[in-house]
This record gives sequence, structure tokens and C-alpha cells, in this order.
Amino acid sequence: MTQTTHTAIADQVDDSHHPKSFISKYVWSQDHKVIAIQYSITAIGVGLVALVLSGMMRLQLGFPDQFSFIDPSSYLQFVTMHGMIMVIYLLTALLLGGFGNYLIPLMIGARDMVFPYLNMLSYWTYLLSVIVLLASFFVTGGPTGAGWTLYPPQAVLNGTPGAENGIVFMLISLAIFIVAFTMGGLNYVTTILQARAKGMTLMRMPLTIWGIFVATILGLLAFPALLVSAIMMMFDKLVGTSFFMPAILSLGENIDHKGGSPILFQHLFWFFGHPEVYIVALPAFGMVSDVIATHARKNIFGYRMMVWAIVAIGGLSFVVWAHHMYVSGMNPYFGFFFATTTLIIAVPTAIKVYNWLLTLWQGNIHLTIPMLFAIGFIFTFTHGGLTGLMLGNVVVDLPLSDTYFVVAHFHMVMGVSPVMVLFAAIYHWFPKVTGKFLHTGLGKIHFWGTFLGTYAIYLPMHYLGFLGVPRRYFAMGTTDFIPESAQALNASITVSAIIVGVIQLVFIFNLIWSVFKGKKAGDNPWNATTLEWQTTKTPPVHGNWGPSLPVVHRWAYDYSVPGVKDDFIPQNVAPDQVIMIEKVEGAENVEGMESNQKGDNT
Amino acid sequence: MTFFRELAEKPWLAENGPLALSVAQKETNQFPAKTALKFFLGVVTVLFFLFTITFLSRSQSNDFQALSGEPWLPFTDAYQLWINTGILLLAGICLQFAVFSLKKQQMNLFILLISCGCLFSCLFIFGQINVWQNLYQAGFALAENPANSYFYLLTGIHGLHLIGGVLALSYVVWQFWLKNNNKKLVDNLTLCTVYWHYLFVVWLFLFALLTGNTATYKTIAAFCGF
Repeated sequence: MTQTTHTAIADQVDDSHHPKSFISKYVWSQDHKVIAIQYSITAIGVGLVALVLSGMMRLQLGFPDQFSFIDPSSYLQFVTMHGMIMVIYLLTALLLGGFGNYLIPLMIGARDMVFPYLNMLSYWTYLLSVIVLLASFFVTGGPTGAGWTLYPPQAVLNGTPGAENGIVFMLISLAIFIVAFTMGGLNYVTTILQARAKGMTLMRMPLTIWGIFVATILGLLAFPALLVSAIMMMFDKLVGTSFFMPAILSLGENIDHKGGSPILFQHLFWFFGHPEVYIVALPAFGMVSDVIATHARKNIFGYRMMVWAIVAIGGLSFVVWAHHMYVSGMNPYFGFFFATTTLIIAVPTAIKVYNWLLTLWQGNIHLTIPMLFAIGFIFTFTHGGLTGLMLGNVVVDLPLSDTYFVVAHFHMVMGVSPVMVLFAAIYHWFPKVTGKFLHTGLGKIHFWGTFLGTYAIYLPMHYLGFLGVPRRYFAMGTTDFIPESAQALNASITVSAIIVGVIQLVFIFNLIWSVFKGKKAGDNPWNATTLEWQTTKTPPVHGNWGPSLPVVHRWAYDYSVPGVKDDFIPQNVAPDQVIMIEKVEGAENVEGMESNQKGDNT
Repeated sequence: MTFFRELAEKPWLAENGPLALSVAQKETNQFPAKTALKFFLGVVTVLFFLFTITFLSRSQSNDFQALSGEPWLPFTDAYQLWINTGILLLAGICLQFAVFSLKKQQMNLFILLISCGCLFSCLFIFGQINVWQNLYQAGFALAENPANSYFYLLTGIHGLHLIGGVLALSYVVWQFWLKNNNKKLVDNLTLCTVYWHYLFVVWLFLFALLTGNTATYKTIAAFCGF
């Protein structure tokens, strides 16, 4: 390595080129904000496709055989595509590609990502992966119906929907997505490590950035496992190797493969799949922390613990994967090990939940729409997390595995909870992105409909799971152990699901309407402390900060500091610029409050 | 470890805390591409690590026929792979000396060395393709046996990484051609060299792994607890 020195990015002069033409500004844009919006619109668009797919599944489950366009094959295809799109192409892309891109440079006080061109390439590669994925709907045999876990041998064997072409398109699309993510991810971590403004130490970063940072590292280390399994399965499918394919009798004939190990695929898949849960959850944890602190006008409780918990959860997430495979069979000692690590991961997670609650405790809570969603998240996440503790135990998991209990659990913890945070984040940061507020009345309809509606969907599913109703089945048929009332429950779940689905249209309408007709928001409508609200223009212009970069003097959570006139001090306000309350009377009280404040934090 | 020391900071004691020296410093020996390369090498390491794990696991099944150990197996005498190894080593050495010559402003030598570096890299790729051809003609086709599959797969992925490196190197040199920024070229070329050395180490590892015999795999697997 050379020992040459370099000027820190925060000390460099602004030499970014400013695009002039429409195309370089809004299409082939290298501006992180435009790329973030491109990512978000694509992700939400493909997410709506997945939402429609889930509606189709629910129609079949709630009202079996009433709809001629849903046959068993297409049902399985809907299940598969719904799962894969939601987990990877919506949640990962929106949280990291969308919010990561938008917030990282603004929150750390940088002009842009360190590699703007790579960033642009990342988005267009992601778009390509989405196009390849959606193209699989139109190939012979349709998209794959192997379940989102794509377990071999069934994923590539004839008889599984989409085994002709769909599975190939899926694997190619995943590989392209991973390339896109790696380009984006290298950009995010490098930007966070190298391009922070002066004074922005790691421990002064908002928790949003911490969440995105650790989640990106998880993604960089976990996605290779999916890439490895996708490449090897593609070889099995296309050139007849036997990495995962065992000798098997399929449709009455011996297939050409022999000796491969399907369990090996499961290990690889879940070595990616479990960290993926936290790739989605950690940015959500971070963003919800900032929303709660801002709208409760209180510093986040236990900031250091919050950071350590994010790092600890990130580390632990790599040693729990086999809890998805208890029914696949494993050495009992392994089961014991993975059950233990799974339960241990509940400790830092519980710390986070307590800290959110303690941040709210005695805060000056403003029940704005972002806050409503954030509080809703605490409910749904605690709920989903607790059922996770149940399923983490081998003996509880064995009877419940592959029932609706699991469906209810992971939708609460990984579906509803991150989506609640995404909504909180969209309502919270929309004024910065567009300069307009989202409509509050529509937002309330959206929140209560979504919050109560998702409970109406997923609470009964736990009960179906206890009854033993299996997941992924097109129709239940007649069984002794499933009472007829289960069907009534299924019908009510379907009605709730459709209502929740329709309510999302209110949200989409609100987004479009508010861009044009929304109430003007100003630069810092929530009186927030973090840097993105301190830009001089809203929406921020190319280069974000004008001629000079901000200098950071404090952490991100100076809310309601005793003795200070405003109830917030932005991060870039120097100590001598803070306006204090004129001391006329009650000075002792102020001092008393100050010592309380310190007590809270330690 | 500065990272862990930073994690112990109490940021709410804002006025007492030091301004971030790591960022406020005018000079640093880090630059973005260097940091990104470190993470990228981490990603590639994980990729090959996972392939290795699956290889070791798969090598324990009965239908796995190692590619060396008996006289009729292709890599019992792996002279062709040794030649390729030498070629890749030469490529790395050329690039390393290209950096040295660039620092001394010996531009003619630099151009010669960088061209040789690219040439040897391409030669390595062709050498590997030649190994594939010989292997195929000797009856060791891709889908015949998992050991063959892994050989084609892993050498292919290693080769793709080298091709990516050659493209990146061409881009770096092309940028120098356009902008004539000597310092930037030294930085970026140094990173390319690191990448080449890294790929050489990965190749040595793959070489050892793929040309092992059955007894070796049994020993490694027993050691790893498969």
C-alpha cells in the first residue's frame, strides 16, 4: 500500500458536475436523491404487483373454487412471487436503495454518495432484475411456483409450476439483483465511513444511519450465499450437474441427477435468508428510533445501547439460520445450539423495544401520522417477536412448522412491522423530499385501516396455525382436524385483506395528490435535529449543502434540553449559538432537570 | 481498535466531547476506493468460502470422484495448472513493478510493465480455458461428476473475477490517458495490484482444493466435522 495521504472528503472543494439536461437530471441521474426516488417508485410499483398477488391467494383461500382464473398451479405461483417480491424487490430495495440512498448523504452531511456513477448503475441493474422477474409471468409455463425458498429438488423438477422457464428467470433475476445490491452496498458503507461531515463521529450518527450501515454490511456478507445457491441451482437446472439434486424418481422416470444434497441448498439459502430478516429490520429499527425521538420531543433513551444492540443483532443474525430447518432434520445438538442463539438474539432486540417505550415515557408525544405508525410498529413488532421466541424452540416449532402460525408470525415481524416503519418514514420524510406534507386526514384513515386491518388478518391466522391448518395449500379438502368454522375464519381474513389492500390505494392517492396540492412544509417542519432537515433548500438541490458543508457539534438527539429556548438543537448548531431561556426565576429547577436528563442517559 | 473505542463514546455529552478528529483531519491515508475495495474483497472471500464449504460437504458423498490420486486422473500430474499459476504470478509481479516505475516517473518502463501485466492475465485465462478443453477431451465433462462440476464452476468464477479486474485496470489506464492525473493513477493502480495479489492467493487456494485426492478430502471433512 502506498503511504500517500489524501484530503478528507469533508475538506474537499465541491467539484461535482451539475447536470443540465432533463435526461441527465432525472433519468440517467447520478444524484443520490433522484436515484432514491427511482428506487422507491420501482420498489413500490413492484410491491403493488405483489399486493395484488396476495389478494388473489386470499380470494382462493376465503372463497374456494369461486374464481375460475385461480387454479392450483397459479395459486402456487402467486405464493412464490408474492413472497420473493415482497422480501427482496420491495423491502430490501425500498429500505436500502430508497431510504438508504436518500438519507445517507443528507444525514451525515455529504454532497452525494462517494461513487455516484456506481450508484446510478446500481439502480439500473436493479431495474433490470425487476424486469427479468416480471418477464417470468409471460414465459411458457409462467413464473416459478416452488415457494419463495425455491427448495430443490422440487423447484427444478417437472410438475412444479414454472419448472420449465420460470425458475431460470427467477435465479437470473436474483443474481442480477445481488450484483445491483453489491454495487449499492459498497457505496453506502464507503460513504458512511469516508464522507461524514466534520464533527460527525460514529456515535453522533442518527440511528437511521447505524441501522442502514449494519444492514448493508449484513447484505454484503449474506447475499453471496444466495448467489452461490442461485448459480449452483442454475447449473443443476441447465447443464445437468448434481450439486443439489439427488437421485430421484420423477413422474415415473429416473432423472439424470444423482448424489446431490437438497439440505445443502437449505443451509445456503437460510444462511442468506436469516440475515435478510435483519437487512430489512435494522434500517426499520433505526428509522423508527428517529421518528419516535422527533415526535416525542425527547432524546432517544439509551443511545449507546441502541447502537450496540444493532451491532449485536447484526453479528448474531449469522449464527441462527438453521432454526428455519428444524423439520429438515439435524443433529439434536445443532438444534439445541440454534435454539439457544435464537433466544439470545431476543436480548438486544428486547433492549431496543424497551428503549423505544422509555423514549415515549414522559415524552411530549405528538400523535402525528409518522408517530402513529411508529407506535403501531412497536405493537406489531413485539407481537411478531414474541411468536418468534415460541418458534425458536425446537419442540414448539416441530408441530407448528408449515402451519399458518408461521405465516402469521413472519408476516407480523417481517411484513407488517417494516411496512409500518416504511409508512412512518414516508410520512416523516415526504416533506423533505417534496416540500409538501402528506394529507393528515387521509393519513389517519390509512393508519387505522392498516393497523386494525392487519391485526384482523394475522391474529386469526395464529389460531388457524394452532388448529394445524397447513400453509401453501391450494384447498384444504375434508379433514377431521380442521373444523368448518376455520373456513369462516378464512373468509373473514380474506375480507380484511381486501379492505387493507384497498386502503393502500388511499395512500397512493395521498402521495400523488400531496405532491401537487399538499400543504407547504418548509425546511424543518417537525423541528428535528438531524442534518437532513437543516438544508437551505427543500427539496435539497444537487450537492445538498450549497458552498460549504455543515459542521456537526452535537449528537442527533438534543430534544427538550433543559434551559434552552427551543425544544430542539440541530446537530450543526455550535454551543455558543444555542439560545438559552433568560434566567429570571426558577433557575434551580432548571439545574434539577439537567441532572435528571443525565440520569436518563447513563 | 479505534472502532470499539468510538463505540464507547458518550455523544450526549456534546460540549465536552472532542470534535471528530478522524473526519476533521485534513489528511488521511484512506480514500473511498480503498475502503470499497476492502469491503469488496470481503464479499468475494465470503463467496469463495461458501463455495468451499459446499465443496467439502459434497465431496463426502459416494459418487464424488476426486480429480487426482490415481495415475489415470487428470490432476495427478497438474503441470498445466502449475504453468498457469506461474503466468498469474508474473501478471501480479508486472503490475507491482508498474506501480514502482510509475512512482519513479519511468513512463516507458511503466507502459511496458502494465502491458505485460494485462498480457499475462489474458494468457492465464486462455491457459485455464485450455485446461477445460483438455479435461473435456479426456472425458471429464462438466456434469459427469461433482468434482468436475466444481472444477469448471470455481475456475470459471475465478476467471470472471480476473476478467473484471482487467476491465477495471483498462478503465483506470484510460482515465489516466484522458485526465493525466498521476497521483490518482498511482492510487488506483495500487488497488488493482492488491486485487491481483488477492486473486493469486485465491487461485493458490482453489488449486490446492480442486486437485486434492479422496483421502485429503476425507481428512479435511473429518477435521471440519462434516
